[in-house]
Amino acid sequence: MNLTLKVWRQKDARTEGRLVTYQAPNVMPDMSFLEMLDVLNEDLIAKGEEPIAFDSDCREGICGTCSMIINGLAHGGMRGTTVCQLHMRHFRDGETIVIEPWRARAFPVLKDLITDRSAFDRIIQAGGFVSVNTGGAPDANALPIGRIEADTAMDAAACIGCGACVAACKNASAMLFVAAKVSHLAALPQGQIEREQRVLGMVKAMDEAGFGNCTVTGSCEAVCPKEISLDFIARLNREYGKAILKNTFPPAGKGGD
Amino acid sequence: MKLDAQIPAGPLALKWDRRRFEMKLVNPANKRKFDVIVVGTGLAGAAAAASLAELGYKVQAFCYQDSPRRAHSIAAQGGINAAKNYQNDGDSIHRLFYDTIKGGDFRAREANVHRLAQLSVNIIDQCVAQGVPFAREYGGLLANRSFGGAQVSRTFYARGQTGQQLLLGAYQALCRQIGLGSVTIFPRTEMLDLVLVNGHAKGIVTRSLVTGEITAHAADAVILATGGYSNVFYLSTNAKGCNVTASWRAYKKGAAFANPCYTQIHPTCIPVSGDHQSKLTLMSESLRNDGRVWVPKKKGDTRPPREIPEDQRDYFLERKYPSFGNLAPRDISSRAAKEVCDEGRGVGPGGLGVYLDFADAIQRIGEAGMRERYGNLFDMYEKITGENAYQRPMRIYPALHYTMGGLWVDYDLMSNVPGLFVLGEANFSDHGANRLGASALMQGLADGYFVAPYTLGHYFATAKQPKPRSDQTEFKKAAADMQELTRKLLAINGKRTVNSFHKELGAMMWEKCGMARNEKGLKELLAQIPVLREDFWKNVKVAGQNEELNQSLEHAGRVADFLEFAELLAQDALHRRESCGGHFRTEYQTEDGEAKRDDENFAYVAAWEYAGPGRAAILNKEPLIYEEVHMSTRSYK
Ligand SMILES: Cc1cc2nc3c(=O)[nH]c(=O)nc-3n(C[C@H](O)[C@H](O)[C@H](O)COP(=O)(O)OP(=O)(O)OC[C@H]3O[C@@H](n4cnc5c(N)ncnc54)[C@H](O)[C@@H]3O)c2cc1C
Ligand code: FES
Repeated sequence: MNLTLKVWRQKDARTEGRLVTYQAPNVMPDMSFLEMLDVLNEDLIAKGEEPIAFDSDCREGICGTCSMIINGLAHGGMRGTTVCQLHMRHFRDGETIVIEPWRARAFPVLKDLITDRSAFDRIIQAGGFVSVNTGGAPDANALPIGRIEADTAMDAAACIGCGACVAACKNASAMLFVAAKVSHLAALPQGQIEREQRVLGMVKAMDEAGFGNCTVTGSCEAVCPKEISLDFIARLNREYGKAILKNTFPPAGKGGD
Repeated sequence: MKLDAQIPAGPLALKWDRRRFEMKLVNPANKRKFDVIVVGTGLAGAAAAASLAELGYKVQAFCYQDSPRRAHSIAAQGGINAAKNYQNDGDSIHRLFYDTIKGGDFRAREANVHRLAQLSVNIIDQCVAQGVPFAREYGGLLANRSFGGAQVSRTFYARGQTGQQLLLGAYQALCRQIGLGSVTIFPRTEMLDLVLVNGHAKGIVTRSLVTGEITAHAADAVILATGGYSNVFYLSTNAKGCNVTASWRAYKKGAAFANPCYTQIHPTCIPVSGDHQSKLTLMSESLRNDGRVWVPKKKGDTRPPREIPEDQRDYFLERKYPSFGNLAPRDISSRAAKEVCDEGRGVGPGGLGVYLDFADAIQRIGEAGMRERYGNLFDMYEKITGENAYQRPMRIYPALHYTMGGLWVDYDLMSNVPGLFVLGEANFSDHGANRLGASALMQGLADGYFVAPYTLGHYFATAKQPKPRSDQTEFKKAAADMQELTRKLLAINGKRTVNSFHKELGAMMWEKCGMARNEKGLKELLAQIPVLREDFWKNVKVAGQNEELNQSLEHAGRVADFLEFAELLAQDALHRRESCGGHFRTEYQTEDGEAKRDDENFAYVAAWEYAGPGRAAILNKEPLIYEEVHMSTRSYK
């Protein structure tokens, strides 16, 4: 099939970008979306033009590197699919496709379709872990964990940190990402001791990075390639509320210093 | 070159204890005076960086991705082995040790492998403490599954995302240290060279993948945990960015490269769909627990699979290996698939595929049961091929997956260059000529959490080298060399894209140095590679400039290294006149087509030494001495 692409081109973070039109002839239905761009890039290089810069690595939907908006939808909008796993058989001959980078204040564009998502790392650094040093851990089976807790933790932990949730949100909120990590660790006994500090620290880092507020529109869940549930945001709100309360009204004898 | 593996004396089971006791320590207050560079943030690198920082060392960690969490380890699906014997099915440290040695076709070091089996149990404890959500039974205890090459259930898993969950555990430990200021992280930064001072590894030169800035970094030791080199074959199950650059440049600075020809081909990958193919996708080995592999008995039988009656199907793995059947080890299963395709009985486009059929299992446990076990894999298969594997068998074909070879290291995981440590897939140490499923994650984490943090301290306590500074001449020269290399690549401005060279190299490697190798093909390959390399340096077209985010330039540097490294791989394959594990030489096989080892002449590690530009690499041999295990013929019949 033959396609028309309108691709966001931007030299670097300081320069303004714009949409540029390209023709993509002879696209095969078995190609992935990124392979279609690879082929186009080979043509561009041969013609002496700059290839389109886009991020990808594993190309099997797990590393969270690939990231682009296709026709207004993060990762192209196929349920549970990253753009590296999106195949051309879902497009029609003659179609025009608009391709843009993630758009969010906290994810500045570095070049073309590539953005800087280091804000996500900073959120994890602010508490998204269990503070155990290497060595000295008790036998793994000394701590039985019910299947429900384990499954909930795994459902949340499946987040690949791609940032589609932020890109899809009209407020560019990172709540689903933060909720996933907070819920993963809050569901497990290992995560209990630092439960409050964790959620307070991560939410603070989220706000500082310039992400917007959550107004529960659910667009994040709709585009999440790992189908992380909106329920986790409700959990995050509960966790946060509890932690705030406890820290605003600390138990008697502990306050005031 | 002197290769001393530094294996401690004494009985096998006590060697690691003994080594730990003999090692010199750095007192806690002095640790913060030592800087360590860790290149790579996969399981091995992230685990090492976090653990060293916890001990008090000052760490700088580097990766080429935009976040350390995206290292290639994230893609591991199936699981991680550990000799916990939680299933009470007869597992033990010794059994895991033996399975690994045998699986490696008796080409790994006994002492390293035994330590790996010992540490495997600590890994699971550590990961659970971090909150890794492993699969569990209803009673709340950890669940296990079986993997190829073993008859016990010792594989721990987190759905089909074990690598992801283990890496996130290590990444979070790393993030904690970054937050505490004890690790400085350099994402989107590629290591281009190793810097030696007085013969010791004291730093690296990097290029920022955002600004193009070339910088020298100094430290008291350097750890490489930069992964494997499967992408020398262009198409592999590895992430697009996986490369040999860090290892190769260290090799050119004097580190020996061991057993480059030991490469692993995974039997169950989705076949190539066309010329645009950019990578291959693995379908986890765990599928072979419930799938049956077959091809039509008749050549060129193009009927749809369901129309081929039972008696006209050849379940070739079950036929050839009745006791392991569809769970025969990877090298053996891959070769068997290639054989039937070579006979013209392959299925799908180009006849390069075999069926992996779940019809029997679906009848047994129902579609819902299958969905629960393998739903995500079936979905992934459908996304890529557009076919529904509940209704028709999957088509699979072997693909490059893992590389057992790597930089030579001693028992302490230090290379022959003092102060240069190599961990994870980047070293050669534990898997011999073939790796068993679920053992790479185990090795990466053992190296990073439990070996390097001890052995690095011993190096610091004994080497007593002056503190390097990045404005010393050695650093300035290395940085200038890298600037020059980059300039050269950009100046060629020829006619062919970088990718076209990479593809061509991959195709010739796969054809002549892939699943089966022979003298004639390898000699042809050794003549072809230099011609392609020369053409590259005359004719490649690299877009853009250095001072910007330039993916064409990144790729060019990596392909330039693959074009040199490929020759060493082929040379090693040519010199090893035997078949063992993943290295199959058609001239050396038994009457029924199995690999024929030659223990008398080849029971050694081939450690290649750089001899300068245009000179043939020098072969050094580290003999493999088996004290505990009797070298037998591997049989899975
Ligand atoms: C699809 C797939 C599935 C697998 N499944 C399993 C499994 O189920 N069980 C199992 O045991 N094993 C499995 N493996 C193998 C296993 O995942 C790898 O061997 C292992 O994760 C390698 O870890 P590592 O830490 O050595 O390297 P990697 O995870 O590859 O990390 C390499 C790091 O080095 C960095 N790097 C590389 N080059 C440079 C450079 N020049 N400059 C700066 N940084 C650099 C990268 O950024 C990255 O951070 C699988 C492999 C694949 C491909
Ligand atoms: S490239 Fe890894 S998720 Fe798409």
